[in-house]
Amino acid sequence: MGTGTGIGRVRGLGSAKHGAHHWINQRISAAANVLLLVWFLISLFKLPGFAYAEVVAWLAQPLVAVPMMLMVANLFWHLRMGLQVVIEDYVHEEGTKFGTLLLLNFYAIGGAALGIFAIAKIAFTAGVAS
Amino acid sequence: MAISIFHRITGSGLATVGALGLVWWLWAAASGKAAYETFIACATSPIGYLVLIGLTWAFFQHLFSGLRHFVLDIGAGYELRTNKSWSILVFALAIAATGILWLVILAGKI
Repeated sequence: MGTGTGIGRVRGLGSAKHGAHHWINQRISAAANVLLLVWFLISLFKLPGFAYAEVVAWLAQPLVAVPMMLMVANLFWHLRMGLQVVIEDYVHEEGTKFGTLLLLNFYAIGGAALGIFAIAKIAFTAGVAS
Repeated sequence: MAISIFHRITGSGLATVGALGLVWWLWAAASGKAAYETFIACATSPIGYLVLIGLTWAFFQHLFSGLRHFVLDIGAGYELRTNKSWSILVFALAIAATGILWLVILAGKI
């Protein structure tokens, strides 16, 4: 910790021990989430129904499957950063904090992988077999 | 104060219940008709509707509160009166949007 400038005195402090990169990424993913989730909700609202065949046919279209994959990836990226801050603020014991952040990373990457795989499977196999 | 903690609560809820629900829906659709119909049966049960309505409200609250953060990020809206009225507006808009959306959904079913 420096003793000179204001930035030097605060650098490395805070519960995360690092600076603005996380904050910027949280905003980037938030902006992307606004676009992707508003598109998703409007699309769901416009679907004629939620029967299996209708939903699978909808998800199989390239211009649905790709934004859906982007949405799942961005959603889990955003929630990983958001929950990270919540954990850093409320879990103070170092070992528990490390373990909780580890579980968070497993959850975020695992959840995104499962969601993206599911969309890919529907997009590549719709109409082939069910 | 309240608006900030509600951003965290709704964010945490969406990140767990919301994200798991979304992945469950996608996984069920990818797994076949039987798995998908199990999902739909759960989602359209009374508890399912309660969770979906709760998630809708959490989404709108987090969305509008997040947009408020974007405004604050550019350095605007820190005057006490402005800040308070925008915070109240976020709560009101979230409840109104949830109410209107679900009224339209449920009216369409009848």
